[in-house]
Amino acid sequence: MPTKIRIMPTLLYKEVGLVKGVGFDAWRRVGSAMQAIRVYNMREVDELILLDITATRDKRPPDFELVDELADECFMPLTIGGGVRTIEDVRHLLQVGADKIALNTAAIEEPNLITQIANHFGSQCVVVSIDVRCHAQQKYEVFTHAGTIATGRDPASWAQEVQDRGAGEILLTSIERDGTMSGYNNDLTAKVSTTVSIPVIASGGAGNYQHMASVLREGGASAVAAASIFHFTQQTPLEAKRYLHEHGFMVRL
Amino acid sequence: MNIVAIIDYDMGNLDSVSRAVEECGGSPLIITHPHQLSQANRIILPGVGSFKDAISNLHLRGFVEALAIQVFEHKIPFLGICLGMQLLATTGWEGGETPGLGWIDGEVQRLIPTTEDRRIPHIGWNEVHIERESHLFKEIRSGCDFYFVHSYHFCPYNSDDIVGRTPYASGFASVVQRNHIYGVQFHPEKSQRIGFQVLRNFLTL
Repeated sequence: MPTKIRIMPTLLYKEVGLVKGVGFDAWRRVGSAMQAIRVYNMREVDELILLDITATRDKRPPDFELVDELADECFMPLTIGGGVRTIEDVRHLLQVGADKIALNTAAIEEPNLITQIANHFGSQCVVVSIDVRCHAQQKYEVFTHAGTIATGRDPASWAQEVQDRGAGEILLTSIERDGTMSGYNNDLTAKVSTTVSIPVIASGGAGNYQHMASVLREGGASAVAAASIFHFTQQTPLEAKRYLHEHGFMVRL
Repeated sequence: MNIVAIIDYDMGNLDSVSRAVEECGGSPLIITHPHQLSQANRIILPGVGSFKDAISNLHLRGFVEALAIQVFEHKIPFLGICLGMQLLATTGWEGGETPGLGWIDGEVQRLIPTTEDRRIPHIGWNEVHIERESHLFKEIRSGCDFYFVHSYHFCPYNSDDIVGRTPYASGFASVVQRNHIYGVQFHPEKSQRIGFQVLRNFLTL
């Protein structure tokens, strides 16, 4: 029996507060991380992703104290990303309560880090986050540094490489769809999910529950990440799961 | 109040277990040295990572004999979580054949994907079907969802040691028990209300 579909609210952290943007730009403040975690905790969401979107740009390590405080209130699986560069960063984050670590820029620059973390802490705690832009003729390219630096890499072949190096999961984000609430990029998700055998979390573009159903069905995603839909609309993770359940998906209710 | 020793052997994620124990009314004590074990009347062995590294770290820190004394001579209730459950086995195969603690006979093998369940690691919420009565699952109905994240699973030789099973990749033992030694493959500390009930049951043994 397959694992249940997971719905994962994503919290983007920048300097002092939570933000949400469109196309990796135009950031709006959306409140305090602690408050959001308490609410999601009460609502028993499946998992949370918390990404520090300026750590890499500012050449900062992750804010371990902040993660420590947030993780203390978070009794659900928590993925932390942003600014993770060394195995010591990973050790420290796991110690303060992270369950999984998302690597993005560091995975491209130092792919061996994926293997080191997987060998020491296990594949299950390595999530490789892949940010993708779509060029003309559905040609995709992986970007790093919060979507600002092109790598020349194809997402499916990069996904295959990170799986071979020991990644346990892929967080796949469409940069164009991010924050638009116009639907996930199902084509991109399908290209990656059919290439790898590890779970793929689709991200970028959720605007309603139908978008989630379609990326799960057509994109072969194992989980959906979403931010704007929960920040800016009345839609909730629980209602999303009820909708998916009615449409034949296995969810935890 | 129950003092719960949480073994720190450099295998990650102690803080969540410690916070969850606190929320469930226990008094967590993260310990790095075996001599601190005598202060506790419950022991939790958490852990994520590879079987081989984990056993080697437990040996290096002198925990293997010290834990056996507490568990077998002083009958202190013991709970292994995720890798901590797998370490109860006789043998593990992750990172090469490695002897485990050997407290519950069995082996730890890699999950084998099936056509329906082709994604490994097994990550996410899945059901635990209760096969026999256990205090650990008091007031928890069969079929509840818990949070899993693992690529290997414990195969006990003796089916009497299995309390619950999970239907993924042809099914595996997700809860084991022999006397006052318990193991769960899922993460109770991350399974919210239902996970806390498991921890509370462990505290009220």
